[in-house]
Amino acid sequence: MKLTPLTVFAGLYLLVLYAPIALLPLFAFNDGTVIAFPLQGFTLQWFAALLDTPALHEATLNSLIIAVSTSVFATILGLFAARAATRYNFPAKGGIVGFIMLPLVLPEVIVAISLLIVLMQLGLDSGTWSIIAGHTLICTPFAIAILQGSFSNMDRSLEEAAVDLGETPWSTFRLITLPLVTPGIIASLLICFTISLDEFIIAFFLSGNEPTLPVYLWGQLRFPARLPVVMALGTILVILSVLLLVLAETFRRRGLKRAGLKDTGGFL
Amino acid sequence: MRSEAGKGLTLISPTLVYALLLLAAPLVSIVLLSFWTQNFLTIERVFTTGNYAEALTDPLYRELMLRSLRISGMVTLLTVALAFPVAYYISFHVRPDRKSLWLFLITIPFWTSYLIRVFLWRVILAYDGPVNSGLMAVGLIDEPLSWILYNANAVVITLAHAFAPFAILPIFVSLEKIDRSLLEASRDLGESKAMTFLRVTLPLAMPGVLAAVLIVFIPTVGDYVTPRLVGGSGGTMIANMIYAQIFDLNDRPMGATLAVLAMMIVAMVLLWGISRLRFWLWLADRAGGGVKGMAVALAAALAEIVALRALFVLGPALLVAGAGVIVLLALATAGSILIFLRLPKGRWGI
Repeated sequence: MKLTPLTVFAGLYLLVLYAPIALLPLFAFNDGTVIAFPLQGFTLQWFAALLDTPALHEATLNSLIIAVSTSVFATILGLFAARAATRYNFPAKGGIVGFIMLPLVLPEVIVAISLLIVLMQLGLDSGTWSIIAGHTLICTPFAIAILQGSFSNMDRSLEEAAVDLGETPWSTFRLITLPLVTPGIIASLLICFTISLDEFIIAFFLSGNEPTLPVYLWGQLRFPARLPVVMALGTILVILSVLLLVLAETFRRRGLKRAGLKDTGGFL
Repeated sequence: MRSEAGKGLTLISPTLVYALLLLAAPLVSIVLLSFWTQNFLTIERVFTTGNYAEALTDPLYRELMLRSLRISGMVTLLTVALAFPVAYYISFHVRPDRKSLWLFLITIPFWTSYLIRVFLWRVILAYDGPVNSGLMAVGLIDEPLSWILYNANAVVITLAHAFAPFAILPIFVSLEKIDRSLLEASRDLGESKAMTFLRVTLPLAMPGVLAAVLIVFIPTVGDYVTPRLVGGSGGTMIANMIYAQIFDLNDRPMGATLAVLAMMIVAMVLLWGISRLRFWLWLADRAGGGVKGMAVALAAALAEIVALRALFVLGPALLVAGAGVIVLLALATAGSILIFLRLPKGRWGI
């Protein structure tokens, strides 16, 4: 590879992009309560402290319940919309799909406070179920984006052949379409899970007294003495996210290969 | 057998109904709420525009709104300017089979805990943090820098870092779409490399740049976490005020009003910016292009910005305070609509 100014710039850009995350493990294993250089030595005590914090375990369980439900709901809603958008032409298609994709660009604060105000006005208690509802809303566009890719990569003649050979529309979908888009479905489940697990604003506005992991983390940020523990937790979360993403990317590529296409880019 | 349109609509209806119930209905209800008032714990359901009058005239709300726009504008500028060369590098210089790896590497940080990434900047920029302790250890500075944390600068740095991948992807997509033979044609016809970039590549990449601007500008105006964590009092933004109105001051209608206003103002600013860009680019071409065209367009742009600014500062004094702002916004919006109706999309795709 030639070393042009552009190459150097791109390399530096990547470096700066990763620099903050690289600090996480440094301070998570650092044997000192102050987050500053020079490092003090190696310790595992901050990770050990994570194990005996019951509030953290509750928050983690909450987050997992929310993330799993969200990923399932958002992927199902995404399947409907992505299938409709790639297979059929219908009136106001652009407007309808655009509206469903709106949460992608709308500031999360707006989504969060409008949901909160509706709940307050209806006199309902916010809680885990309302966070699931909100997360499903913001994850659906991502699910649609991924699934639309899978559906449009699929060779339509395969479905037509199945119908010609006497399969019903439902059995065609089950036997032909579904297996072909399965990698997309798995990628969508994983991505929605990751987004929901990380999402803070909606959870913060709607959590009431059942914090999710990010909301719990937010509460801890106020206490300087807890910072190394936060760093340890952050390290685990980042590693988890990266693993999930690599898995999602693997499935996406497998889907592309199954459809016999060349890889052209990332998720979005 | 049912028609294709019917099938499509039936299939998309679950998702659409969900979005209508959880997005459209709540948005309509905050617009409604913004016209009501709160009297301690009960909501007075009497129509009033009082909230809007207060939001538009109170210097605190004005300052927060303007600051949010200013910070987001700077973040957008910084993000897009830094992202373009990287997107260009990936599209034009990276081997085709390596492109998806590069994109994956760039998107990973975006998917990892937003809260932690923002918080890390507070750690990095802190008084006794790595940047300051590192620079002091090397001997470049004698005492910690104070201008890098708990102010608007810190918010800009952190947001620009957090939204970097958002800007690269759309620009990359539009660069990938460019037919490479057009660039060859331009070179064969005697244009230099730089001129080919300016006259062929850049106009064709413009839709991607515009998408990047939208995707960065809109969410950053409403960011809550970054100003709270690294902004201090000088970096507080409108979302923090919306939160305070609802949770701390228990004035939900005011919170709703500020949210609606923020959305409307963002829409207007974008409408203004995009329409004027189309107009200025058209003007530049009409004036003969090149340096002369650019000078004419730049002069027109500066003239309008100075005039708008003067009107905005003087406006409230000349007209009734709240109404003055509304008249001004209406005028600017009318100008934008006129441009969109009269001027077709130019060769810059804007």
